[in-house]
Amino acid sequence: MNYEIVMGLEVHVELATKTKIFCSCTTEFGGAPNTHCCPVCTGMPGTLPVFNKKVLEYAVKAGVALNCDITRYNKFDRKNYFYPDLPKAYQISQLYLPFARNGKVDITTESGENKSIRIHEIHMEEDAGKLIHSPNGDATLTDYNRCGVPLIEIVSMPDFRSADEVIAYLEKLKTTFEYLGISDCKMQEGSMRADVNLSVRPLGSDKLGTRTEMKNLNSFKAIERAIGFESARQIDLIENGGVVVQETRRWDDNKGKSFSMRSKEDAQDYRYFPEPDIPPIIISDDLISSIKNDQPEFASNKVERYINDFGLPKADAQIIASSKYIAKIFEETTAICNNPKEVRYWIINQIMHFMNDKGILPEDIKLSAHKFAQFVDIVSSDRINRQTGRLVFEAMFLGSDDFDLEKYIKENRLEQVDDTDAIREAVLGVFSENPKTVEQYKNGQTKVVGFFVGQVMKAMRGKAKPDTVNKIVAEELLKL
Amino acid sequence: MNITNMTAVEIGAEIKKGSITAVDAVNAFYHVIETKESLINAFITLDKKAALKRAEEVQSQIESGKLTGALAGVPIAIKDNICTKDIKTTCASKMLKDYIPVYNATVVEKLEQAGAIIIGKLNMDEFAMGSTGETSYFGATKNPWDLKRVAGGSSSGAAAAIAANEAPISLGSDTGGSIRQPAAYCGVTGFKPTYGTVSRYGLIAYASSLDQIGTIANDVKDCAAVMDVIRGNDKLDSTSLNMNYESLLESLNSDIKGMKIGLPNQCFDNGLNEEVKKSILTMADKLESLGAVVEYIEMPFLDYVISTYYIIACAEASSNLSRFDGVKYGFRAENFDGLADMYNETRSQGFGDEVKKRILLGTFVLSSGYYDAYYRKALQVKSLIKKNFDEIFKTYDAILCPSAPTTAPKIGDSLSDPLQMYLSDIYTVSGNLAGLPGLSIPCGFDSEGMPIGAQIIGAPLEDKKILDIGYAYQQITDFHKRGCNR
Repeated sequence: MNYEIVMGLEVHVELATKTKIFCSCTTEFGGAPNTHCCPVCTGMPGTLPVFNKKVLEYAVKAGVALNCDITRYNKFDRKNYFYPDLPKAYQISQLYLPFARNGKVDITTESGENKSIRIHEIHMEEDAGKLIHSPNGDATLTDYNRCGVPLIEIVSMPDFRSADEVIAYLEKLKTTFEYLGISDCKMQEGSMRADVNLSVRPLGSDKLGTRTEMKNLNSFKAIERAIGFESARQIDLIENGGVVVQETRRWDDNKGKSFSMRSKEDAQDYRYFPEPDIPPIIISDDLISSIKNDQPEFASNKVERYINDFGLPKADAQIIASSKYIAKIFEETTAICNNPKEVRYWIINQIMHFMNDKGILPEDIKLSAHKFAQFVDIVSSDRINRQTGRLVFEAMFLGSDDFDLEKYIKENRLEQVDDTDAIREAVLGVFSENPKTVEQYKNGQTKVVGFFVGQVMKAMRGKAKPDTVNKIVAEELLKL
Repeated sequence: MNITNMTAVEIGAEIKKGSITAVDAVNAFYHVIETKESLINAFITLDKKAALKRAEEVQSQIESGKLTGALAGVPIAIKDNICTKDIKTTCASKMLKDYIPVYNATVVEKLEQAGAIIIGKLNMDEFAMGSTGETSYFGATKNPWDLKRVAGGSSSGAAAAIAANEAPISLGSDTGGSIRQPAAYCGVTGFKPTYGTVSRYGLIAYASSLDQIGTIANDVKDCAAVMDVIRGNDKLDSTSLNMNYESLLESLNSDIKGMKIGLPNQCFDNGLNEEVKKSILTMADKLESLGAVVEYIEMPFLDYVISTYYIIACAEASSNLSRFDGVKYGFRAENFDGLADMYNETRSQGFGDEVKKRILLGTFVLSSGYYDAYYRKALQVKSLIKKNFDEIFKTYDAILCPSAPTTAPKIGDSLSDPLQMYLSDIYTVSGNLAGLPGLSIPCGFDSEGMPIGAQIIGAPLEDKKILDIGYAYQQITDFHKRGCNR
């Protein structure tokens, strides 16, 4: 029996406004415990929430970008439950009138498949605090810094059929929100969190199976592993005559397993009712149209443009456009030096490598477009060869703000040597030092040309112009 | 000069003249407190030293011309559900018996800026839930007119302190009648303003859509003076109205000729004590003698107000009181086994019976399966009630009715019949459901010498109008001047 995996996602995204959703405390990540708090976000008696209008702007930006209908008449609702990280014992959220509904997100998976994921609704809500369990297990400490940080929760329809699709969707959300400047979507910092609802059914069936909800998925890898584990667990259960129980399961990435948290049958009754402390929020047509007009160019449009205007290969265009910071570097540098292919080369082959190698994030890249363009000019005019270029680029990329290209090249005498006499001298020197290899060439082993070229480059300390070296080696070989 | 027999406005004027000082005023009222408080139990927290220190500061600011308002130097007492920074604020509950707020309610900030001097925190029903003062963790406040009777609730201490001359003015709160009813029982004047005119920031919430802070004082003029200080838009309260207000004190007008006043038939049905009825009707005559036109009107929706009120108030209260869980502040049970048990023990031990009853009721009406039939329906009835009032106020300037069906009951009589106790709120809750301004003024005494209070209700934002009617009435009567002299 073949099974199909059916999934829906609930993604929480922290909005990067300066202050919290209902008070003026900072939303900055980190900070000593309970220092980014006030009586309002710690739920002290007598305090009242005041809605931060900037949150509405960021939320509507998200709703418009995900192609949703924006609700004109909005209300907040109270979701009541007891837990130590929720100081008021209710979360101010939206149930009855979420600000966005019926959207869609187009994705392309790694295998090249195009698909549209439907968005059921998006609503605004406040984040809870953090609980820190003491190592010896005798106490739990509460930190309310995160309490009141604005969140949007994006609820999808159960349109996902594979982990690839889920990852593609999350990456699309991340780039979109990055381009909008409304969130940095860092799973490791918790500014993007995903819960996966998963069920299985026989291939071809159109009835939904019983689903479980998985929480504590802290990275893309963990999500992939969890989907693999849970779908196998459910299929195994069903094939052995069992029944899937509707429940919430906590993923433990270290153990590679999920554990049942609570049954959704004893599901909490949150006793939602409209928040009486906050009057209804009207979203005007003007706000929606101004947001629509101000939308930045998103990744998919950039990819088109890079392919059509700059002749970039699709894969490279996608890599560059996937991050607004990298796209910015590419566009600004190309605007100055007018050499997109060269700029592309150094981004794809060097910058991406450094980022992976040294764990640098795109938003932390300090390289200025001016310096980068200057570098591109130097390389494309053959003043240094590519090999030397790699060394110079690394020094420049990792160097400080006042790194001076010309000074560095001069001090290290890196300019390419095109002196045919010096090269010829080196070639002849290599021939005389390697008589056996010369013999091999004379006996027809033309492959050793590469060896000669390499040795000449070595002798010239990498600074000889490769084309010229090839030419002179060929010339001298003819003379043999 | 007998300071404690003067009104707040009179005291303020004498301080300004220089014939007495703020320190004199504080000392005078503390003298009464020291004499009577053990009998009355109107206060939960007193701090004479702090009050005198503040009085000295205020006095020098008055002398240097920095403080010039009507209430500069005047002592005031604050109901204990209003947050005062660094001063214990308990809501008369074990749950908060040692709780000290880190901030001032907006109304407290305003009073401090006006130079009023806080002399103590007043007793009340626990978390403002009650109509007699008997649910207080610190024991019931006694009615100064008869120590065997209740002072009313939930602003029991506020009404009793004024009646006993322990303070000239007070702040109370009113969710279902908690200012107007105790004012009536204690023969003093109480005013609940239009919803949204006074900031709720710092008022420990009972029912968010119904709560309002107001005042209890010796007369309408004093109420106007307090309202001038405390009302106004507050950025920290999203339900506070965004508008400017004229001075009520300066514009008080006793000319009520031509005002149309409605007497609801339903208020004079069975259940209303005969002597109370007689006093209200006599008051109606007096208002007519001043040129007002008084007519009987229909208020058929009166049948639904109690159920609507208790569903909405308890629902909101169940949510507002959830934060008292022993995690962050307030009482935490000493012995428990695990998180759920900590919650159970803390809330079972920390809350009194009436509070627990209302939380249970509120939780029930919000619960899945019942939400539509109870809470959602109650919200719909609430808006119909408001529409009915809007219709009435198209023709009438004010409604005249009792503040309570009887005079103050004896201590111990009410809690044994809670449903009856709830029903006694019948005249006051509709004012909260529709957000209307309501004034309670003394209009007579029963055969046992207990005070009777009448209620004047107005359309939203017609606070001035009903204060004028009360002011006019108090020019030609002296019920509000007859102190209980105990």
